[in-house]
Amino acid sequence: MAGLIVLVTGVTRVIGSCLAGRLAANPAVDRVIGVDAALPEPAARARMGAADFARVDIRNPLVARVIEAAGVDTVVHASASSTPASSAARTMAKEMNVLGTMQLLAACQRSESVRNLIVRSTGAVYGASSRDPAIFTEEMSARSVPSSGPGRDAIDIEAYVRGFGRRRPDVRIAVPRFAEVVGPTVVTPLTRYFGLAPAVPMVLGRDARLQFVHEQDAIGLLEHLALGNFAGTVNAAGDGTITLAQAIHRAGRIPLPVPSLGLDPLSRVMRTLRLGGFSPSQVKVLAAGRVMDTTRLRERAGYTPGFTTVEAFDDFAAGLRPVVTPEAVRAVEVRVAGAFGVQPLPDTPAIGAGNQDEGSTVDLLLADTSVPSVAGGSDAVDGSRPRLVGIDGHAAGTPRRRRIR
Amino acid sequence: MPRVRRAGGGSDEQGGPVSGPDGPHPTGRPVSAIVADNRIDEQIFEQDGGTAVAGTDAPTERRVRERSMPRQAEVADSTAADPAPVENTETGWRRGLAGSLAFLRRRMTGEYQVDDFGYDADFTDHVVVPPLKVLYEKWFRIETLGMDNIPDTGGALLVANHSGTVAVDALMTAVAVREHHPMRRPLRMLGADLVFQTPVMGPIARKMGNTLACNPDAERLLSTGELVAVFPEGFKGVGKPYSQRYRLQRFGRGGFVTAAMKTGVPIIPVSIVGAEEIYPLIGNLKPLARALGFPYFPITPTFPWLGPLGAVPLPSKWIIEFGEPIQTTGFGDNAADDPMVVFNITDRVRETIQQTLYRLLLRRGHPFLG
Repeated sequence: MAGLIVLVTGVTRVIGSCLAGRLAANPAVDRVIGVDAALPEPAARARMGAADFARVDIRNPLVARVIEAAGVDTVVHASASSTPASSAARTMAKEMNVLGTMQLLAACQRSESVRNLIVRSTGAVYGASSRDPAIFTEEMSARSVPSSGPGRDAIDIEAYVRGFGRRRPDVRIAVPRFAEVVGPTVVTPLTRYFGLAPAVPMVLGRDARLQFVHEQDAIGLLEHLALGNFAGTVNAAGDGTITLAQAIHRAGRIPLPVPSLGLDPLSRVMRTLRLGGFSPSQVKVLAAGRVMDTTRLRERAGYTPGFTTVEAFDDFAAGLRPVVTPEAVRAVEVRVAGAFGVQPLPDTPAIGAGNQDEGSTVDLLLADTSVPSVAGGSDAVDGSRPRLVGIDGHAAGTPRRRRIR
Repeated sequence: MPRVRRAGGGSDEQGGPVSGPDGPHPTGRPVSAIVADNRIDEQIFEQDGGTAVAGTDAPTERRVRERSMPRQAEVADSTAADPAPVENTETGWRRGLAGSLAFLRRRMTGEYQVDDFGYDADFTDHVVVPPLKVLYEKWFRIETLGMDNIPDTGGALLVANHSGTVAVDALMTAVAVREHHPMRRPLRMLGADLVFQTPVMGPIARKMGNTLACNPDAERLLSTGELVAVFPEGFKGVGKPYSQRYRLQRFGRGGFVTAAMKTGVPIIPVSIVGAEEIYPLIGNLKPLARALGFPYFPITPTFPWLGPLGAVPLPSKWIIEFGEPIQTTGFGDNAADDPMVVFNITDRVRETIQQTLYRLLLRRGHPFLG
């Protein structure tokens, strides 16, 4: 068989467009068709590279004709379970996510040519409660099933995908469950939440473990699954964990503990005063946290994320304007110590979680210049995101701490 | 060991005065020479103080053995775990202040690590352990026996009795292993979901490295070579009336034995004497407990009559004995799924702890004077 013909959904978003561009550049792929209900912005179009674009709403039966006409054999549903860009788009997102997936699966079921189906899912399917094990493996299911929200949608989507698998056992189905995607380019409610300045609200008396996956790893894994032969469900997250308060501190912000009853009023006041909004429900979800086991990702799916959770977060945070810089904290430490006539302890080099082989700062700076930007296309979107001085004084976009590979 | 080291170590060669952590520091001493020594000295001093107060009749040969043990591995371990290796010439409170400031700086910049379970060694060492250590050494005067039954490396499952209305015994066991085991191993305890549901307490329990008592978590920790502690009596043990003190309750369903067998680690029975007397439970307001969602609502001689003062535990004398390891391998394939084998081992562990409790009670004598 000649090269693959791939259909990618959601190409107006960063993940979908980058994936389409990467697949189009891959010699194993003949043709890539990106579909979305809206026209991609020029930046997204640039990221798509040589991929074709078809303006089709996946909720429309027209998508079946696109699949038929092009003889698509691999469908990557990258827009499923993607986080809506704003909380106002939440209803719309549910519509797109659940009903869109149903329609797309219906189209695939009718198609003779489809052989591979990749549906993006999210770790939210595990829910999160204090009665759950600390680390979720793929076999576990939510002990407290979320009644609404992205978790519920993702559970529904996975149920439809399983149903599709029963009806079309000849199709290889891979369902990656992603942790929250962060990176210099993606914009989600979560990235906006960490962008709040100077203080980021969190639930009083809670500090949960979080996991992130870098946008490059998310794209890379989707590409790997589309071209590989892994079938089944797989968790996708960077190594290690970070706690919410730790993440807020690393972003150069101050955590603001708020009783959970006070989140709604605070969010309303902030919106009224145009201080930037946040979704109270999202903060409550973050208070529970979630950590997934990624053994299967490495051993069976054969993909190793390039960024740990902390590295992925730092790469994202480097694009934020810090309110409290490590230098300022150090200066306060030295001043307080001086006031007592005490010699402060030396400021040790930064430690990334799981990163034992750190080089010197000079090496890191040198290494940074050779790090490719996201899918070669992030320059195109720089206009949409102010490029500021990073948290450690480097130019933004260069990670603070990067494992040297 | 500190005496040995200081006698043969750098300070005498320098000709400077021998300094403890409280004394003035000899300024002529090269910094690099004492980088590691300072830490060790401090640790040993604390340990010596602890044992001196805790147990006058503790077997001396063990202390001697501990002192003469090589500490290289531990030094490497502590520097790896601590993001700020000590390179400081300060002593006494000044060193404490510098350390606290550095800790606060790491908190403010997020420069610390947590593992997958949320274990935050930096936080535990600087915030949780110091007050517990005072309670351990000065208030309960805890004496530990059989510490060498805990392996220096690799996984093991510690199974202990549970008592005292508030689970102080778990915290004290963790301090015992963390501060008085030669390798200073962190103890990962398995707790009830109520612990992790509670605001403030839940996150702190996670930062200390504890996790929910369930088989997936226990097996994951054991298979990565961690020391895991479990209290199979659960709330039945902590919330039992004072009249039933030192009488072991039912040992759950033996899930802990399955976890140990599946991962092939030994079970170490731990018997804790003294925790029963800290908050003697003389009554239980069941309706109030039900309304609040607690497993019990305690009435003690001091609580709730004395208000906040009722939260002060009575200063009983404690003994913690770590028993001979019980091997869980060699029962054949799929033995972990054989209920008879599991029940047998459960009973054996339970009997061992019960008999040790009776023996330790005799040895202790008076509950408060020891």
